Amino acid sequence: MLRRDFLMLTAALAAGGIAGAPEARAAETPGVTKTEIKIGQTQSYSGPASSYGAIGKVQQAYFDMINAQGGINGRKITFLSLDDGYSPPRTVEQTRKLVEQEGVAFMFNSLGTPTNSAVQKYLNQKKVPQLFVATGGDKWGDPQHFPWTMGWQTSYRAEAQIYAKYILAEKPNAKIGLLYQNDDFGKDYVNGLKDVLGADRFAKMVTVVSYEATDATIDSQLVSLKTAGADVLITATVPKFGAMSIRKVHELDWHPMHFMSNVAISVGTVIEPGGKENAIGLISADFRKDATDPTWKDDAGIKQWRDFMNAHMPGADQADNNYLYGYSVVQTLMQVLKQCGDDLSRENIMKQAANIKDEEIPTLLPGILVNTSPTNFHPLRQLQLQRWDGKAWVLFGKVLQAD
Amino acid sequence: MDGFIHQIFSGIATGGIYASVALALVMIYQSTHHVNFAQGEMATFSTFIAYTLIQAGVPYWVALAATFVISFAMGVAIERIFLRPMANAPELSSVGVFIGLLLIYTSVSGWIFGYTIKTFPTPFDTGHPMLGGYVSGHELGATAVTLVMLVSIYAFFRFTRLGLAMRAAAYNPVSSRLVGVRVGWMLALGWGLAAGIGSIAGCMVAPIVFLDPNMMAGILLYAFAGALLGGITNPLGAVLGGFAVGVIENIGGAYLVGTELKLTMALVIIIAVLTVKPSGLLGKTVQSRV
Amino acid sequence: MTAGTRAPTLLKPAITPMAAGGVLVGLVLAIGAAFFFSNYHLFQLTMVVVYAIAILGLSIVTGFNGQISLGHGAFYAIGAYVTAILMDKWDIPYFYTLPVSALVCACVGFLIGLPALRLGGLYLALTTFALAVAIPQLLKHKLLEDFTGGVQGIVILKPDPPFGLPINSDQWLYLFTLGVGCVMFLLAWNLLRGRIGRAMRAIRDRAVAAEAMGIDIAMLKTRTFAVSAMFTGIAGSLGAIAVQFVAPDSFTVFVSIDLFVGMIVGGAASIFGAVFGAFFIQFVPNLADEVSKAAPGAVRGMILIVFLYLAPAGMAGLTRMAIRRLRRPKTTGA
Repeated sequence: MLRRDFLMLTAALAAGGIAGAPEARAAETPGVTKTEIKIGQTQSYSGPASSYGAIGKVQQAYFDMINAQGGINGRKITFLSLDDGYSPPRTVEQTRKLVEQEGVAFMFNSLGTPTNSAVQKYLNQKKVPQLFVATGGDKWGDPQHFPWTMGWQTSYRAEAQIYAKYILAEKPNAKIGLLYQNDDFGKDYVNGLKDVLGADRFAKMVTVVSYEATDATIDSQLVSLKTAGADVLITATVPKFGAMSIRKVHELDWHPMHFMSNVAISVGTVIEPGGKENAIGLISADFRKDATDPTWKDDAGIKQWRDFMNAHMPGADQADNNYLYGYSVVQTLMQVLKQCGDDLSRENIMKQAANIKDEEIPTLLPGILVNTSPTNFHPLRQLQLQRWDGKAWVLFGKVLQAD
Repeated sequence: MDGFIHQIFSGIATGGIYASVALALVMIYQSTHHVNFAQGEMATFSTFIAYTLIQAGVPYWVALAATFVISFAMGVAIERIFLRPMANAPELSSVGVFIGLLLIYTSVSGWIFGYTIKTFPTPFDTGHPMLGGYVSGHELGATAVTLVMLVSIYAFFRFTRLGLAMRAAAYNPVSSRLVGVRVGWMLALGWGLAAGIGSIAGCMVAPIVFLDPNMMAGILLYAFAGALLGGITNPLGAVLGGFAVGVIENIGGAYLVGTELKLTMALVIIIAVLTVKPSGLLGKTVQSRV
Repeated sequence: MTAGTRAPTLLKPAITPMAAGGVLVGLVLAIGAAFFFSNYHLFQLTMVVVYAIAILGLSIVTGFNGQISLGHGAFYAIGAYVTAILMDKWDIPYFYTLPVSALVCACVGFLIGLPALRLGGLYLALTTFALAVAIPQLLKHKLLEDFTGGVQGIVILKPDPPFGLPINSDQWLYLFTLGVGCVMFLLAWNLLRGRIGRAMRAIRDRAVAAEAMGIDIAMLKTRTFAVSAMFTGIAGSLGAIAVQFVAPDSFTVFVSIDLFVGMIVGGAASIFGAVFGAFFIQFVPNLADEVSKAAPGAVRGMILIVFLYLAPAGMAGLTRMAIRRLRRPKTTGA
């Protein structure tokens, strides 16, 4: 596609610009015909976040499967997932390509906070739905200011609030140590704790240290927190540093009440590398089932996903939970498209996205339901606490609702 | 006080990571007068090879030796295929080739081996924390391996004819050719050895930071800084520089400027040192010709 | 650096009628593009102009003066943030932010240039590379957070065309950027072909000899750094206006690497090489994405290496060689 554009561009330059720009056809809804729905996405296939490229790949495989089964609402899905290398300027470029050049009906599950922030205003001005952005930031459910943007997963901030409440109930005099990644993801945990504790108590109770995603280790930070006398540790880290913190806390012979961001609780890629024994007592709050957790080995939802992976993505590493994530989000989209029926205008897509009632997704924890309304643009707002017992995650307490 | 000592030990442990990669940088610099930006990513790729071998049941030390040999061959091949044709190109173009290699290696590692982190085995005892819990058995063992590599490299360049020829080839290719040194092969050999050392460094680092395609991304800058701080012409200097960077970074992050600025502070200190002593703490001043 | 390949550039570049004609035709095509291309393509072309200015800045210090900078992304970032902050906090019109950003970047460049006096080659490369790595962390530091918006960055408004011109804002933005770009290129050309440009190249090729000839190396090197930073900073400002968003993640070390790649493929000491380099870094990533979703980085790397294999001295070197081939029957060289 690009080569064609580029050739056209040079050809036009050479010819003194005789070739005109293709006029946007005045169709009812861009990207929707009697036989096709065009969906756009920006994704990190290259650059520092390329591990998330798995999300785009599994979704492509899913849409291929749907198309092979005859499509949805009598239409085939054309899924255009372009690489932005996790760089906001390229997100702008690729999004404009998808909207203006390819004419997609809407954007779906594009990756990242800074990247989505860069195009949020543009998409809202153009009234193009920016559906189910792939980030757990808190700001993605703000229908008043951004009626065309919707998040998907339970926000990190809500997760941090749940931890704070739990700590206040269980250990009211706790000294909390918070280790966070110095970016939008980590900062949300700082904000979530502040929400519940208030600025004064936060200053008194919490010692905060950060790390950069490019740091080699986080040993120094953990030593600082231990030295500060923390008896509760919250690690807002990505998987690699999550595994390191489990191991290092053990090596330090330190036994705090340890909360781990649900970004980094996969049994296969965090707990096992960090040490199953070392992690005993670890607490987290999640909304997903973990395919590598023995608890869900025979679960119907996980089996359904496994069958799909075996049939449509053979050879893919099933311990990579991005495949499970991508698969889960796409379920919500299918629900929206089903609800839309034959009216696939952008207005109706957005209206249906804001009108999901108690949708169950087989790969999410029992009791976690997708719900949206014109005033609630956070499809998932629930979490359940769980504790690692050395072999598997054990759920406890009720399903908790974020504020 | 205990915290302070602990920060120093943990800095030394992290510094060991930088030191081992810095050695590979010294190797390539001594033998080609280039700094290879793809060094870290090449080492990561080699570590994946070792991982694959070990997963397949090959005993650890055999796998390590095999990885060294494979990486050596890869290094030689890269020099022959990618760098040789650029021999007469402007120097900046070879930097371009290094950047290209960096992109290729990261991308291919992720493509073949996936992005989930992998636990890399260590041959050293990890059951009991050593020295009162300050360092792990692996960190101690890895430091020993780094020191062995250091001594070998030093002895190689200092005492063997081949090492001398390699240094000569890098320092003055034209004169070396005149006295019968096969400059082309010396460069290729330098690439091979640097890749081999990198692979060992990767295998020592991986148990600490876990193996994934971006394992070395953050480490290379620190290794580079350590090598320059100590003197990039001197293996001992590079190793000491690596350890120093680890300690400076920890102390600065924990007590002086906060973790958000520890990288910045470490680099400012290094640059300040270099401004006073431009060839590094133990490096030789390079004379320039009019 | 061998003197042989560089010698021709020491001569004052003559303006041949062919070159002048080429520039004129290029300019007409570039302006014409504003009226024939879609808004999306105009955005891409705007970014090409932006990158061309940034690469030109880098080329001034690295290509013409021989001081390797791997951190020009830092100046690009500073320029972008100056503009974004001025527009966001004080509602200053976008065009007034350019001189401010030029001044700020020139000052920062001058300061960075000071240690650069003592640090040659690799050491300077490390210093600048370190700056590029550190800049995102500095931008999101809590002391600056009130201005920079921290990790969330700043969203800015797209400028409308002035004086009720009958064009849309993408067209205007492109023409505005192109206009600034032309001014910058003219400035660079004027600077580099004159006495200062010759002195800069003399320092690059034979520093000691240059000093013996009475060139104040220290002063010239720092000033060159400042000018170079200014160019790249202005590019950053224009980039921020075009993208309408700045965040620490927009300015990772890869920006510096991209600019460096652009400079090399264009031809390090070439004014017009910068334009080619800009096209290269703008379009090759998308091309790589088209070829392979599995490993676009590898495709990019291969394209880069193959290109350098075919044109070791970049596009400018290739062009020079082609021109020399064409002329060989007539003359034996200047």
